[in-house]
Amino acid sequence: MGKVTFSRGGIHPRDCKYARECAIEELPLPKTVYVSMVQHLGAPAKPLVAPGDSVKVGQVIAEPGGFISAFIHSPVSGTVKGIAPRKNLAGDPVMHVEIAVEGDEWDPAIDRSGDLVTDIPDDKALILGRIKACGVVGLGGATFPTHVKLSPPPGKVADCLIINGSECEPFLTSDYRIMIERPKEVVVGAAIMQKVLDGCHCVIGIEENKPEAIAAIRAAVAELGYPDIRVQVLRKRYPQGGEKQLIDAVLHRQVGSGGLPIDVGAVVQNVTTSFAVYEAVQKNKPLISNILTVTGDKIPAKLQHNYLFRIGVPLSFVMEQAGGIPDTAAKIVSGGPMMGKAVSNLDATTVKGTAAVLYLSEAATRRQKESHCIRCGKCADACPMGLEPFLLNRLYKAADLEALEKNAAQDCIECGCCLYSCPAHIPLLDHIRQAKGQVMGVIRARAAAAKAAAEAKKQ
Amino acid sequence: MTQTVIWTVAILAVLGFLLALILFWVARRFKVEEDPRIDEVEKVMPGANCGGCGFAGCRAFADSAVKAANMDNHYCPVGGDEVMQKVASILGFTVTAKAPQVAVVRCNGSCANRPVVNDYDGAASCRVKAALYSGDTLCSFGCLGCGDCVAACQFGALSMDPETGLPVVDAQKCTACGACVKACPRHIIELRNEGPRGMREVVRCVNKDKGPVARKACAAACIGCGLCMKTCQHGAITVADNLAYIDYTKCKLCRECEAVCPTGAIHGVNFPRELDKEAVKKRIADRKNKEAANG
Repeated sequence: MGKVTFSRGGIHPRDCKYARECAIEELPLPKTVYVSMVQHLGAPAKPLVAPGDSVKVGQVIAEPGGFISAFIHSPVSGTVKGIAPRKNLAGDPVMHVEIAVEGDEWDPAIDRSGDLVTDIPDDKALILGRIKACGVVGLGGATFPTHVKLSPPPGKVADCLIINGSECEPFLTSDYRIMIERPKEVVVGAAIMQKVLDGCHCVIGIEENKPEAIAAIRAAVAELGYPDIRVQVLRKRYPQGGEKQLIDAVLHRQVGSGGLPIDVGAVVQNVTTSFAVYEAVQKNKPLISNILTVTGDKIPAKLQHNYLFRIGVPLSFVMEQAGGIPDTAAKIVSGGPMMGKAVSNLDATTVKGTAAVLYLSEAATRRQKESHCIRCGKCADACPMGLEPFLLNRLYKAADLEALEKNAAQDCIECGCCLYSCPAHIPLLDHIRQAKGQVMGVIRARAAAAKAAAEAKKQ
Repeated sequence: MTQTVIWTVAILAVLGFLLALILFWVARRFKVEEDPRIDEVEKVMPGANCGGCGFAGCRAFADSAVKAANMDNHYCPVGGDEVMQKVASILGFTVTAKAPQVAVVRCNGSCANRPVVNDYDGAASCRVKAALYSGDTLCSFGCLGCGDCVAACQFGALSMDPETGLPVVDAQKCTACGACVKACPRHIIELRNEGPRGMREVVRCVNKDKGPVARKACAAACIGCGLCMKTCQHGAITVADNLAYIDYTKCKLCRECEAVCPTGAIHGVNFPRELDKEAVKKRIADRKNKEAANG
């Protein structure tokens, strides 16, 4: 089968995958880790430990705070020092459990050997239970609890599982490294999820700029011989890794406005999530570590790394271990350059979804002076959701919420293609993100009112 | 040729007459009886259409006022008592006078007081900035400095001071319509009574962090020590969430709180004389000694 891609919009930013040849190294342990209680989409987790408790690696330290939430495990062994609010990446206070590191003693239930386990348990409930108990969340960016995503609501059936190995963001190489170094584990993880979804098709989508990863995964698929798993080469294009875009590229199905992938029979999981699922189900290892890339533009090769880090390690420690902050860095971003968040607080800690520490130079990051919209329509051409960013920008300024909803501001996936392509440097995304928040507020309020009215009618 | 002209004119004239007849009939048949007082009330309104009264504009205010049973929910902050008296006399109501109000910026986190720790390069809008992160200083409560309030003000009463990076209210132009209060994502701006001859006492800080944290972020922060509350004889000051607040309805403008505040977070505005802190402190000490002596 030839290369495919999504049908609408998209851009071609420079690749910049400078750290692609850096093998995954294990990051040493710091003296103290701070484990955030907000590491997933949904309700914050509730701490189960108290100051003074001693914990082992992999021990549960927090339970889910709601249906959409996840368990959190201790990434180190040591003593709990305190549970207090601490500033996160954006400077907002969030509950953290502070643990002083003492040695590296693991929970004996965890299989730490490197042997590949290919026999998948037959019991679906057992698999889902393990995924939930191990606190696995989507590591592609949204950190949505994986067990919830793998349990389609009644009446809906998944007929295709898509494993997302596109890694379309420039600079990031963590998914690439895991596909090269642990291809078999990724494929077993995919097969596990395939089993949970009642043996649906499974497609592993990888962009064409990663031929080594394609070869490695293909070899693993052939060797392991699970039925109905295939690799699909994708044409390079951003934002291919967006759920709706990937479904369009692989299955040629469109997820409607306000819809979910399951509405068109698809479930999308990242390759790193697949690896985490493998470790959870086959090795009983909770999600306490992840891979992050330390890279940037115009920085020396010795500062570039792919680290296997324990969750809760402060970003400042990561940077220190990687060789310090380069002089050229004007902006430090957590995540990719397109959708990542600027780090305003270097003492913030890593969370389950941390994918990269990116140093951007002044030239690469500085915004240029905004000028007037010349109606060139480049933003509308670039928008992968088929929106009209210039129009949404004007409607936001006019505070016309009704028109914003009609023009589907709520469907924005915040990929940044409009901002990237605007020759007038208008902060389109900043404004549309605001508009989206306001429209979502209106939609939620309306849904809540409708629910209340229905309940009142019942009584 | 002549005939064509004559026919054209004749047809147009007849058509015009017929249409006029239809219009005349429609106007009579479907006439909406509107209370003439709506127009009268609208005439005395300031016509700013700012929405400060809570209605969509001056006409909407007039429409609602005419139908209302009393004037309790109708007050035009722009026109103030003068306009409300006129409105009341048209509608035959009485109104009680309200003290004139003014917008007050409750943050003194100027560039000198509050060091900037990182550089913001996004869209120049407080709302956008507030949604992204806690701000370019260590204070996550104070002014973001992008001027959403200035943009919201229709009366030109707000401007950004380039030296301090904070908005400044021109009390002469401020109509207390409340547009800036709504525009500020950090809820720094508050409407307060103007006070006698414009004199008022304000805590210019909204930081709810604990004392040391707040102090580290800003030299002029309220640290919630409660000295002002203990000193105040009128019960006008409350401290909640490490932050003092002066109730302007109870404040007697004695300026004692201002004198004892260790960080200078309390400001007296428009007082004719500068505060002699030592003299006021002595006065407080004398009073306390006397109280102690009296048991």
